[in-house]
Parts: sequence; structure tokens; C-alpha cells
Amino acid sequence: MADFRLNINGKVLPVRADGQESLLSVLRNRLEMTGTKYGCGEGECGACTVLLEGKPRRSCRVSIGSVAHSRITTIEGLEHDGKLNPVQQAFLEEEALQCGYCTSGMIVSATALLREHPQPSEKQIVEFMNGNICRCGTYPRIIVAIQRASKSTAEGSRA
Amino acid sequence: MKELTELEAPGLREQLHWFELDRRDFLKLCGGGLLVCLASRPALAQRRREGHELPKEISAWLSIDANGKVTVFTGKIETGQNVRTSLAQQVAEELRVPFNSITMVMGDTDLTPWDAGTFGSRTTPTMGPELRNMAASARDLLAQEAARTWNADAKALTVADGRVTNPKTGKSLTFGEITRGQKLTGAVESEPALTPATEWKIAGTSVPKADGRDFVTGKHKYPSDIVRPEMQFGKVLRPSGFHATLVSVDTSAAEKMPGVKVVRDGDFIGVTAPDLLTAERALAKIQAKWNVPPQISNAELFQYIRSHPEQDGDTQRNQSAPAQSSNVNADVKLDQHYTVQYIAHAPLEPRAAVAEWQDGKLNVWTGTQRPFAVRDQLATAFRIPSSKVRVRMPDMGGAYGGKHTGECAVEAARLAKGAGKPVRLVWTREEEFTWAYFRPAGWIEIRSGVNRDGKLAFWEFHNYNSGGAGIETPYDVPNPITQFHPTEEPLRQGSYRALAATANHFARESHMDELAHALNMDPLEFRLKNLSDDRMRAVFQAAADRFGWGREKSTPQRAFGIAGGTDKGGRVATCVELSVDPSDHRIHLLRVVQAWESGAVVNPNGLRNQMMGAVTMAIGGALFEAIQFKDGRILNPHFSQYRVPRFSDSPKIEIVLVDRKDLPSAGAGEIGVVGLAPAIGNAFFAATGTRLRDMPMTAGG
Repeated sequence: MADFRLNINGKVLPVRADGQESLLSVLRNRLEMTGTKYGCGEGECGACTVLLEGKPRRSCRVSIGSVAHSRITTIEGLEHDGKLNPVQQAFLEEEALQCGYCTSGMIVSATALLREHPQPSEKQIVEFMNGNICRCGTYPRIIVAIQRASKSTAEGSRA
Repeated sequence: MKELTELEAPGLREQLHWFELDRRDFLKLCGGGLLVCLASRPALAQRRREGHELPKEISAWLSIDANGKVTVFTGKIETGQNVRTSLAQQVAEELRVPFNSITMVMGDTDLTPWDAGTFGSRTTPTMGPELRNMAASARDLLAQEAARTWNADAKALTVADGRVTNPKTGKSLTFGEITRGQKLTGAVESEPALTPATEWKIAGTSVPKADGRDFVTGKHKYPSDIVRPEMQFGKVLRPSGFHATLVSVDTSAAEKMPGVKVVRDGDFIGVTAPDLLTAERALAKIQAKWNVPPQISNAELFQYIRSHPEQDGDTQRNQSAPAQSSNVNADVKLDQHYTVQYIAHAPLEPRAAVAEWQDGKLNVWTGTQRPFAVRDQLATAFRIPSSKVRVRMPDMGGAYGGKHTGECAVEAARLAKGAGKPVRLVWTREEEFTWAYFRPAGWIEIRSGVNRDGKLAFWEFHNYNSGGAGIETPYDVPNPITQFHPTEEPLRQGSYRALAATANHFARESHMDELAHALNMDPLEFRLKNLSDDRMRAVFQAAADRFGWGREKSTPQRAFGIAGGTDKGGRVATCVELSVDPSDHRIHLLRVVQAWESGAVVNPNGLRNQMMGAVTMAIGGALFEAIQFKDGRILNPHFSQYRVPRFSDSPKIEIVLVDRKDLPSAGAGEIGVVGLAPAIGNAFFAATGTRLRDMPMTAGG
């Protein structure tokens, strides 16, 4: 066990844990930030996606020892002052979810996608998002939601 | 032939843990603890719906507080099929209140009326009318209360927007002012005046998903997110194969770890620790030897189920001998067989439970489609009355028929009892792939005959093991012979979205296509020639029109297939367009048009979402999903080895919704999966001249 000070969603949070413990486990089980989900523990489903320095990473495959000095963003950090980010808003408006268990990982991944490609082609969306599984099968709606978020971001920045 | 009703279907013959201590055939107490066994078969009767009567008092279903906030109580559960929203819409409609004034309390065994469970697409056709009757009765009751206050005739009053108004005097009272938060004393009328679907204002519209914002912000608490004070993290030691017996075990190293508690109960061994990593490490330190009996693999699967009729106790069930239809005359006769493999539900949230013992009462939060059955399972396991168990079902992360049982809840409760503290247990992906249950594999034989005029002459259909759902042909044929043959089960098997309707439609609709081609007839024309069910004809026509069926001839680059059928009171037709790679015969699904009709639509947007999801999910079973097993082990228990549909597998999907406001609403969560596989197989034949009769149709996609 060691003491860490993790930079999560703009706050510094002290955590006492084994450096080998996964970021996912620390978020969910020590910090009660349960928006990030366990789906496979093997980096194969994307449910646990968080942003490390703005890049999407599977938090189940990241030990906290390795991210002690990184900027970490989780689903809980995307909403600002009660305002959803464009991807969250678009998922809601397109109702691009059913059970919603994959939704956190989808939204975090899509947020990263739009930072990298503000106006992605459908092919870019599919390639970028292909590591995220939705068992309810809402992929077509998620694609539409990401396009909608892209559009609203572009309009927002013009305004 | 064994009838397999929807209510029976969820029952599993084989429990993962069977704590029922009064079963005399194999149980014994050991060391004051419980013996946990694999494999037992509850008699069929135990799987049937028990004699539960739904309550007739309105107050069991509904309360209205002084501010007019409405709370509805139902034993149904939400797992993404959107019934938290669609049921509330129906209550709002009949009660005459705004949708947002309703809160649904679902799947809480202490608060909601008993319910058999959420499966079989039964929520919409049964709970819908139940709640509509209840809400309409409550509306009448509120009007009567207001009439009494005003000394007026209740029939002359109007009820709208959460208030009762006397048009003559202009006086009005809100529901909250009438109830003042007091219990609504009155009974649900047997036939209250219901609002016809043609006049719906809230039902029948695309009301957004209830609590949608909580899902896009990560705030919603799933079963695996529940936290209790002093909660420990549990892990369970799994045998090295199915039907294993424990030879020896050494838990001493784990017991020495600080904070770790080892819980041993017969062959059940688990650990708890203050954090998950420590629990995982403790489990890894346990040295166990298991004896795993020889078991069959995929290679022997179909030979096995064809030669092992179900044994019931010591006696073999009467296996109907395949009936003979070959003496019926027909111009063209076909005799073919079709297979489906075992597949896994793989809900993204694996089985999860938090259990807490408090003053002799067991509280469990768990992901299940059958909270009351899990409550009873827990009561049986721990030899306590059901009244001492409360199961709560926070809206969970997917089920698809795969979460009927309470094994994870039983395990968590056993660990919590041992640890003396609340315990959270979340199955790993590998555990979920291995120790849950599977959609049954099946072998299907069809013998048929058809005359040159395109009319079916005879039809004989045998399903081995996969099940009886959707087994009856919707086509007109004299004296069809249709039999389901239960067999011994090579793997633990149970419900899966649409049950065997997927397998039976794959076989039937592939076979119908074969007959059409044998007659050189258009597959749609051939179907319509043998179809007098108007609803079925209408969805075929609707799908064909949108798709542009018959406009172009199939080529390997663009091939077309059609299939359809009935399930759970609905009708579905599916058209697909695909291309086949000439080098490796790989299938690229390009476009799917699916038309369906399930009576009066309660929430069009929610239904479209269901239907699109059903098509997407069906791609997996059609093309690449298959559980690989050998010697009592699952060989592909990871998403890296068991391929499920991903973004790149998703074609363009167009949904044609046939809204029949003159018909009662049917459930639509399942029917959407049945048409895709045969439509793909039929398109593949159109492209290549090769018939695919085994699901999945391509190994590894």
C-alpha cells in the first residue's frame, strides 16, 4: 500500500492503495466513482474507458502506479456546471442507449474522437469506436449521435 | 411432444448452487454448514408459475402524495428494454397525469406486488393492461372522492392533467388535494373504461427514456455500483470444469492474509477482503484439486442431442418417434437438417450482487430478471422465510434472457454471512461466459413437400433440444407435424432473447427458401402463396416495399434475401442485402430492412431502438457467435475469443413500424431477432448457390 494523489476531473484526490491496483478498481471501489464500468477487465469492451491526458485508455489495464502524475478525466468530469458536453447531449437527444451500461465508455471514447477529428467521417467513427461493445446493439444510433455532437460543436464554435 | 410454455421456459434444469436442504436424494448437512451442489433438476411443476394472485387493491400498485407526485409499483424490471418509460406512459395516459409526475418503483420484493419475472415479451401485453386497468380505476376513484366532497355526480366530472374538475361549477381539486397523501382505498375494476389507442396522448408517443440524463452522466447506479457501509469484496473459487468434485484444497495461505476471510461451505469456497485486488490475490493463493468427469465437446454435440432423449429421474421420457409424412404425394420433396450452436448472452454488466445481513434479514441488490424468484431462491438456500429476504433490482446492464437466476446473489449472501459484513460480488467476464447459462444448441429436421402450383403439401418439423418457441409454421399446410424433443443437456442452458424462435425461424425460413428455389419461384411470392394470415402478409409487403424487393436480380456483389415469422403475438419480416467476397466467401452485410407489427405501439422511438438493437444482436448468432467447449471447460470465455457484433459489423438498418391501433399491444423485445439469420442465409444462397444450414453461418465471421 502506498499513498497517491490522483488528478481526476480537475481535483486532486488522495488514495491509499497498492500501486498495482487498476485505475478502474480505484475509481469504482475506493473513490465511489462508479460511472466508469467493468465489462471485461481485459481491455476488450471499452466500458471502462477514461481519458489520460485527453487520450482514451482502458482503465482496467492501467495501474494507478503508472498514472500518479497524469490528468485523468472520467464520465463524471464531462458535465460542467450542470451542462452536458455535446456528446452527452447528443446521446440523450438521439436516445443512443438502451441499458446504458456501455454509455459511459462510449461517451468518453467519442469525446476523445471529436477532439482528434472534430468532423469525423463515418469510417473514422467506426474505426475509432470499434473497441467499444454495446450488447443492446445501438451502434447505428451512436454513430448518428456522434455526428450530431460534431455538428453542434462546429455550430457552437461558429456562434 | 412436450409443450414448452413461455412461463416454463425460464426454468433451468440445472442450478449452479442448489441449497434446498429438504431434497432427500442428495443432500446432507456437513459441519453445520450448507452443502452446495452442482446439478439438480427441479421437477417441471416447480418451474411453473406458482399460485400467486396479483393484488386487487389499487394501493398495492399506486400512491399519490399530497403534492400530486405519483408512485407506481410493479415487479417488472428495467434492463434497457424501456419499460420503465412505456409502463409509466400507460399509467399517465389512464390516470390523466403528466408523464413527469410518475416515478416507477420496479423489482423490489418488499415494495412491489409479486411478479413471475420480466421475460417472454410479457411486460407490454400483461403488465401494461394490468396497470392501465389499475390507473383507470384510480382515476374513477379520485373522481368519486371529489364528487363526494362537492356532493356532485361523479360521471359529470372531468379528469385531466392530475385534477378533477366540475364543469358546472368550475371548481377543481388536484389529485394531491384529494388524497392528501393518504392511501387510495379501492379495488381495481375488472373492466374500467380504458382510453382506446386511437385517442392516446401520452401512450403512443415517443416520450424520452425515463432518467435518461443519469445514464449519460454516469450517475445511474447499476447492481454492480451499489455500496454499503463496511462493504467487503468477494471472489468465488471456481472448479476447473463442469460437474467437478473437490478432491483437496488448501486455503491456509489465503487465510493468513490481513483482512481476508475464507468462507468454506462444502464444495463452495470463496474469499472476502476489504479491497478487490486483495480478494483476487487471496483467491489465487488457494490450492485446489478438482476431479472433472469426461464430458462431450462441440465435435459430438449434435450426435449427442439426437441420441440422448431427456431422462426424467430414472425413467426415460417418451420420445415421440419421428412421424412419417413421406407417403404424402407432392411434386417436390425436401428433407434437410439445420443446426444452431450454444451461444452466450454476454450482457455487458456481468452478474453482480451486494448482500447484507441485518438483524436476521437478508438484503440483496442484484441484477436479475426475476427478483421474486431470486428472493425465494435465497430463502431456500439459507432456510429462512421469504419475508426475511428483500431483493432489489436497480436497472441493470443488459440481460437478454440471461439473468433469470440468482446464483451470484446466493454466493454474495453466503460470503456476507461468512464475513459478517456486506459483500459485493461481481462476476468476471470469464465467469459470466462460463458459469452463467447458454442459449441451447439445437438440431432441426424438416421434411416437406410442395406442388408445382406453389402450395405446400406436407410439413414435418422436429426440433431437438433447442426449444418449442416459434416452432409452429405460420404457413398454410394440411396437417403439419411439429415436434419438440427435449434431450439431455450437454451444457447448462436456459432462456435467451426469443428462445428457440431464432433456431426454428432459421430452419423454417431457410427451408421455405429452398422450396421456392426448387420451384423456380420468387421467395416472397412463394411465401405469400402459402400465407393467409393478413398481419403476416402485411409485414412481408411492408418490408418488401421499403426494400425494393424484386427490383434487381441477386449477384455475388449485391444479393438479397427475405425471411419472416411470428413470435410473442407480433409479426416480423426481414430483408437483407449483402455481398460475398469471392476469395473467401466472407459475408458483408450491407443493408437490413425490418418491418414488424406488434399491435398498438406504446413508444415508437423506444420500439425502433429495440428493433434496431435486436437486428444488431442477431448478427452475432447468425454469423459468428458460438461457445466452444471441451471436457467440461469453455474454450473461448473472453471477448477476444468470443466475437460479438461491433460497430464494424453493423449494416444500414431501416425499421418499418406497422402500428395497429386496433390491436392490443404485444411485446416487441424479442421478435426482432428471429428474421435476420434466415434472411442472410437466403441472400447468401442467392449470391453463391450454396445453402448455409448451420448457425453461426461463418466460422469467426
